[in-house]
Amino acid sequence: MLGIDPHSIIEIRKLSLRFGGLQVLHEIDLDVNAEEVLAVIGPNGAGKTSLFNCINGFYHPYEGEIIYEGKDLTRLKPHKIAEMGIARTFQNIELFSGLTALENLMAARHILMRRGALAGSLFFGPAKSEEIAHRGQVEEIIDLLEMESIRKKVVASLPYGQRKRVDLARALCMEPSVLLLDEPMAGMNVEEKEDMARFVLDIHELKKIPIVLVEHDMDVVMDICSRVAVLDFGIKIAEGRPSEIRADKRVIKAYLGED
Amino acid sequence: MRPCGIFDRNYGQDMAIIRTWQHWASLLGALVILYLFPLFGSYYLVSFINLAAISVIAVLGLQIVSGYCGQISFGQAAFMAVGAYTSSVLTTHFGVSFWLALPLSGVVAGAVGAIGGAPSLRIKGMYLAMATIAIHFVLIWLVLHLEITGSFKGLYPPSPTLGGFEFDTDEKMFYIIVSVMLIMTYCARNLVRTRVGRAFVAIRDNDLAGEVMGINLYYYKLLAFFISCFYAGIAGSLWAHLITVVNAEQFTLLHALEFVGMLIIGGMGSIPGVFFGVLFIKILNELVLFTSPVLAGAFPWLGSSPAAAMGLIAFGLAVSIFLIFEPRGLAHRWEIFKASYRLYPFAN
Ligand SMILES: Nc1ncnc2c1ncn2[C@@H]1O[C@H](COP(=O)(O)OP(=O)(O)OP(=O)(O)O)[C@@H](O)[C@H]1O
Ligand SMILES: [Mg+2]
Repeated sequence: MLGIDPHSIIEIRKLSLRFGGLQVLHEIDLDVNAEEVLAVIGPNGAGKTSLFNCINGFYHPYEGEIIYEGKDLTRLKPHKIAEMGIARTFQNIELFSGLTALENLMAARHILMRRGALAGSLFFGPAKSEEIAHRGQVEEIIDLLEMESIRKKVVASLPYGQRKRVDLARALCMEPSVLLLDEPMAGMNVEEKEDMARFVLDIHELKKIPIVLVEHDMDVVMDICSRVAVLDFGIKIAEGRPSEIRADKRVIKAYLGED
Repeated sequence: MRPCGIFDRNYGQDMAIIRTWQHWASLLGALVILYLFPLFGSYYLVSFINLAAISVIAVLGLQIVSGYCGQISFGQAAFMAVGAYTSSVLTTHFGVSFWLALPLSGVVAGAVGAIGGAPSLRIKGMYLAMATIAIHFVLIWLVLHLEITGSFKGLYPPSPTLGGFEFDTDEKMFYIIVSVMLIMTYCARNLVRTRVGRAFVAIRDNDLAGEVMGINLYYYKLLAFFISCFYAGIAGSLWAHLITVVNAEQFTLLHALEFVGMLIIGGMGSIPGVFFGVLFIKILNELVLFTSPVLAGAFPWLGSSPAAAMGLIAFGLAVSIFLIFEPRGLAHRWEIFKASYRLYPFAN
């Protein structure tokens, strides 16, 4: 472990998930510590996305628990977990395709806004000032992720790399206290990957929140992560500093030829 | 409509729907002409606008639940019936004033709609459409069999009055109907561009991602049905007090289909599209009405009610043509036109 006393934000204990006969996760123990960038790596089908799906409430494990800041969220619904401050992005980009980039980000402010249907319908007064205030904060995130030129574009019309960026910005717009990123750099060219890595570090620096990152590119993982956990066939086979993980025999075997 | 060279200096301006003094002037001009219309317009046109405005209100509601929230509904005619009957029962049996019965009809229809929308929590698309058709028949069966709704005889609600003034002609009702329609349009336009409206679209476009953003799917789906049916209820109440007779035959599944057709032709997910769609279908119906006697002579196989048969054919044809050639409806054409106006005179 890291020596300094890590304060854990999320504690995953003996988490087991099964679909029919398929054991997707098996007794996973994992902590997410304050202010760290934790990488979760593993071959295809290892269960990385499923782990995220358990944390944010899409999947419910048959055994084990997920404790977030002292509260058990294993059985909660996704929208409750979002309200508690856990945000995520998606491996396959799940945007609100008919909305513009800006509207996607404003939609992510849902839990931070208060005005209901009546105030919204009348618009003038509380709803308008709320819209303007949140628009200001969304614009800061647009600046941070360098999205000025695409704000009014309908996201369905954007190229892949920029949609990935909207996905990240949208998660950030929830002002989360934990950020889960599922392969934010997958399918990007080198330049886009570098941008994305820089954004992840910027966000980490600025918001001081733990970030959990699923990523296949080991160079990126080495560069930006402080700790790595390795999954293989639903089992956590290693955990440690990036340099230790790179030398770990079981990890090399699991990745056989992949890296 | 935003001319070239207008830029925003703050977020409030960027959000504004009406941007320049020219906009305000033309809006004001249009309103003045609209409100003076009964003074110079023909009776035929005034009653046409009355009925079109009532349809606009009902279709605005449908736009919110189907166009924005993505929950398809064929129940809008039945929910309109709930509003019409609520208003009629309140005014005839309980002596409630129209001005109170109107909003209450919206609330009652909204509540019935929220219950009727409950299947949307479990099912989507085709299956939900079937469920709403079932709800249509249940509601119509109820009004036909309940004592209080006058069963098959129906009810005769009075014309609204205000301090001794009776709104007993189409020209007088015009002012109530058009005013309510304008207010409801304003509200719908604002609703869809603020927090709740974005939550609806989030559910339509990607409900899983919506949940991850903290949107409670159950609550917002039911809210969409409530608001949608509130609109239907208001439309029903206005209808009841305009026609002053209410019976179950006025609210058929065909009407519900027509509302959905208006939505498709106007364009899903657009408030101006509601106006385009309603006008298109209403004008189409009038054309059919005028031409059907001629056509009936030419095509005797149309049977004893050529207008009805022709109307159905024309309606089906129009909807199919739009689904094939412009599934985004007239609103999309309008957007293209606005965008080119914005670039004028520098257009490509
Ligand atoms: N909803 C589901 N129903 C059935 N099986 C599932 C479901 N979700 C995931 N699985 C299975 O669980 C296993 C792990 O999938 P998961 O998507 O978590 O892998 P991953 O590590 O994210 O892989 P990748 O690198 O390809 O994204 C796979 O075998 C997958 O088929
Ligand atoms: Mg995955």
